[in-house]
Amino acid sequence: MSEITPGLWELVFKGLWITVQLTVYSAAFGGVVALVVGLARTHRLWIVRFVSGVYFEIFRGTSALVFMFLVFFALPMGFGWQLVPMWAAVLAMGLTYGAYGSEVVRGAVSAVAPAQREAGIALSFTPAQSLRKIILPQAWPDMVPPLNNLLIELLKGTALVSILGVGDISFAGQLVRNATGQSGPIYTVILVMYFVLAFVLTRGMRVLERQARAGIGQAPPKKGGLTSRLGIRQQNQIAAGGEG
Amino acid sequence: MSADSTPNDPNVSTTKETANPAVDGSELIRFDKVTKRFGSNTVLDELDFSVASGKHVTLIGPSGSGKTTILRLLMTLMKPDEGTIKVGGEYLTHEERGGKLVPAGERHVREVRKNIGMVFQQFNLFPNMKVLRNITEAPVHVLGLSKDEADERARELLDQVGLGDRCDAYPTQLSGGQQQRVAIARALAMRPQVLLLDEVTSALDPELVAGVLDVLRDIAQTTDITMLCVTHEMNFARDISDKVLMFDSGRIIESGSAEKIFGDPDHERTREFLSAVL
Repeated sequence: MSEITPGLWELVFKGLWITVQLTVYSAAFGGVVALVVGLARTHRLWIVRFVSGVYFEIFRGTSALVFMFLVFFALPMGFGWQLVPMWAAVLAMGLTYGAYGSEVVRGAVSAVAPAQREAGIALSFTPAQSLRKIILPQAWPDMVPPLNNLLIELLKGTALVSILGVGDISFAGQLVRNATGQSGPIYTVILVMYFVLAFVLTRGMRVLERQARAGIGQAPPKKGGLTSRLGIRQQNQIAAGGEG
Repeated sequence: MSADSTPNDPNVSTTKETANPAVDGSELIRFDKVTKRFGSNTVLDELDFSVASGKHVTLIGPSGSGKTTILRLLMTLMKPDEGTIKVGGEYLTHEERGGKLVPAGERHVREVRKNIGMVFQQFNLFPNMKVLRNITEAPVHVLGLSKDEADERARELLDQVGLGDRCDAYPTQLSGGQQQRVAIARALAMRPQVLLLDEVTSALDPELVAGVLDVLRDIAQTTDITMLCVTHEMNFARDISDKVLMFDSGRIIESGSAEKIFGDPDHERTREFLSAVL
């Protein structure tokens, strides 16, 4: 039994930084995947829809962790080179969460009124112009809340990389526990760190959503009592709806 | 120049630069044996008709008789099952390749349809753009106008429809009647030869209808734009129409001047319909 020394704290904060990096890189890559696959799944050519649908089903139905192992351990045997664990993790997380995100993109894009597309045709926009100027800007506000949930899932999912030996905060937690012989204090600290990260992300996404709604002429959500000030209520509602 | 100039006449320009060729009564739209089915339901049945340049034609008839389908075919929102449609002498749905008529490619369709504008029943303004940008977006990105040119054109049109002061509003901040007037301005900003009006007042509160119809009357009187209009506003139809087509079950059962159709129709079905809606 001993105290958490300054050296151990340094490990924890380095781990925190790794977790942030993993989340940002995976989210950026996953966002691109989600957009491309999501749009492909609404494409007018059936073959494009089919291929992207297969991708979606495979990555939704498999484990990110197993895929991460596959990328990290099996690829070197097949191709003769190995990704650093960090990038293997980003690849696996991005492809997996991108697949989940594609469903959000597909749903939001399909939910834009067909009449908007027709108005685009009547003004002779190309399909690409129509998508960029009319469809996506209208779909975006509906994407933000579910993407926020996915982002939080992704943040917490980055803990998987500790199994590959990447020094994120979960990995640092194990080291500190081994060094101090105590689980309680360090895991409480790490739990709070995840919460703070998630809270910051949620606040950021709420700002994005408000801007997105204002951008299509919808009044921002009302500011009200304490719960809505803390931004908690809406998150709970979405989580409850998702599980129910 | 006589109204029946031949295609070889050097004074009749057939190039695309002339956005609005002189109103010489020449044929602008031609439907040739156009058939459209939805499943086993034949909405249009080998329909033939043509519209002369500059004319205002109103399509009337019971719902489901194929009126709106004609506008949607012209706007290429749907494709005919059989037959051909020509606009300004060019096939809309087909193109000639090696002497054969083949279904038109996307590019060809887009080119021909630039001559056509449409105003929808539900306005269909883009909620993500302010009023001014709703109008300027297509002129800038489709016709290649400069931003300033497009802005100027849009402001003129907004003045014309009485909304010069609402440039910076979002569509959701406008009443239905105002939205529809913006939609009319948006369609006109493309300087189309043909304007399609699909029940443009049906979704409006009664007190807002008159304002929109006034704008359309003004356009009908002051421009030489060809108008195809599906409406249940019979007084308006009587005012602006050069010709009225009465539809029933995918066929034109009677056509004639507004005075003739509304005053003394030949067909029993037309009489029944008019007595029901007037």
